[in-house]
Amino acid sequence: MRIPYRPFAIGLVALAFSAIVFDRAQAGDRHFFAPVTDPVVKEECGSCHLAFAPAMLPARSWQRMMGELDKHFGDNASIDAATAGKITRYLVANAGDAGGQRYSRKLLKGVAAGAAPQRITELPKWVSEHRKVPDWEWRHKDVRTRANCVACHTAAEQGDYDE
Amino acid sequence: MKNMLVVTAGIVAMILSTATLAGPREDLLAQYAAAAKSAGFSAVRGQALHMQNFSAGKPDTPSCTTCHGKDTRGVGRTLAGKTVEPVAVSAAPTRYTDPAKVEKWFKRNCTEVLGRECTPQEKGDWLTFVIGQ
Ligand code: HEC
Ligand code: HEC
Ligand code: HEC
Repeated sequence: MRIPYRPFAIGLVALAFSAIVFDRAQAGDRHFFAPVTDPVVKEECGSCHLAFAPAMLPARSWQRMMGELDKHFGDNASIDAATAGKITRYLVANAGDAGGQRYSRKLLKGVAAGAAPQRITELPKWVSEHRKVPDWEWRHKDVRTRANCVACHTAAEQGDYDE
Repeated sequence: MKNMLVVTAGIVAMILSTATLAGPREDLLAQYAAAAKSAGFSAVRGQALHMQNFSAGKPDTPSCTTCHGKDTRGVGRTLAGKTVEPVAVSAAPTRYTDPAKVEKWFKRNCTEVLGRECTPQEKGDWLTFVIGQ
């Protein structure tokens, strides 16, 4: 009984600690955008860049983007119609204006009703959140593009966008 | 007797599973060879294609190595910072086993780099190169 006691206690403390951290992430001390969980969307939309969180754009943005995958920011990202349909349904169901997404409402503030912005990095709120990031940082070889969220937000794959 | 059966079943399963693992890559190569009416594929030519700088594609992606890196057994990185698994089969054993995936990326990546699709001969050479890496 004496031997396993210490590791057990440490385990308990670690568990309690991670529960607290996890709780904070969910509860909103951190800017949380649920990451993509669907394996098809992860594969098809997460190979060239981070699989961007669907909650970062409104449904109409995703609908338009999915109809123009052959002209996707200079790339041809087209896929067969059945897969595209499945992905569109996922993105729309989890979109930023689908309801109940606390941080989406903030991030999409200032987007005109009916507009279908194609870049998260051009949303008015995104631009203002990043206005203090200096020019040299954007041009740094490990960043290269604003779309490289993970370069600065190391936990972006988990949906966490605290600094 | 029962043990014998189990062992035999095990051997059969092993043969079947290696067959299905090796199959898709060989099928792809056979398909490219037929389309290219090729006398054979060359890893040396595949390597040259992999390393070469082209000017007809997109200016920021002149070469396969732009994203896949110069070391075929090391990870690569896209321009938007996404890590790409190594292309060498020795380092990433499940690669090139899904023909639709291979074709999809050949089409996208050749267009980006060469400004056109790769020919069946080029695809076969490149695959031969990375399979041997
Ligand atoms: C073949 C590569 C490729 C694939 C596959 C791909 N994208 Fe992209 N995507 C790009 C490139 C290149 C950019 C521009 C990145 C930059 O500005 O640096 C981009 C940008 C984006 C942006 C805008 C990022 C910003 O600046 O805010 C979104 C959103 C996006 N993609 C969503 C998707 C979705 C959804 C899918 C799946 C259907 C997808 N992408 C699949 C290459 C790809
Ligand atoms: C060059 C580094 C860099 C890149 C790349 C970057 N960010 Fe940021 N981001 C920051 C910094 C720094 C802040 C904090 C700004 C502040 O608090 O004043 C921030 C803040 C944010 C916030 C608000 C959260 C908070 O704590 O205030 C969100 C949401 C966000 N970024 C999302 C993104 C997304 C999505 C991407 C990719 C499309 C991205 N960022 C790319 C540096 C970056
Ligand atoms: C713009 C970045 C980029 C360039 C340039 C690029 N690739 Fe790729 N390649 C990728 C990405 C991203 C994937 C998909 C992710 C993965 O399979 O790890 C991929 C996957 C592939 C695959 C499919 C692998 C599989 O497992 O089925 C092949 C084949 C391929 N690339 C060949 C090439 C060839 C040949 C060139 C040069 C003519 C090239 N690539 C240039 C980014 C690139």
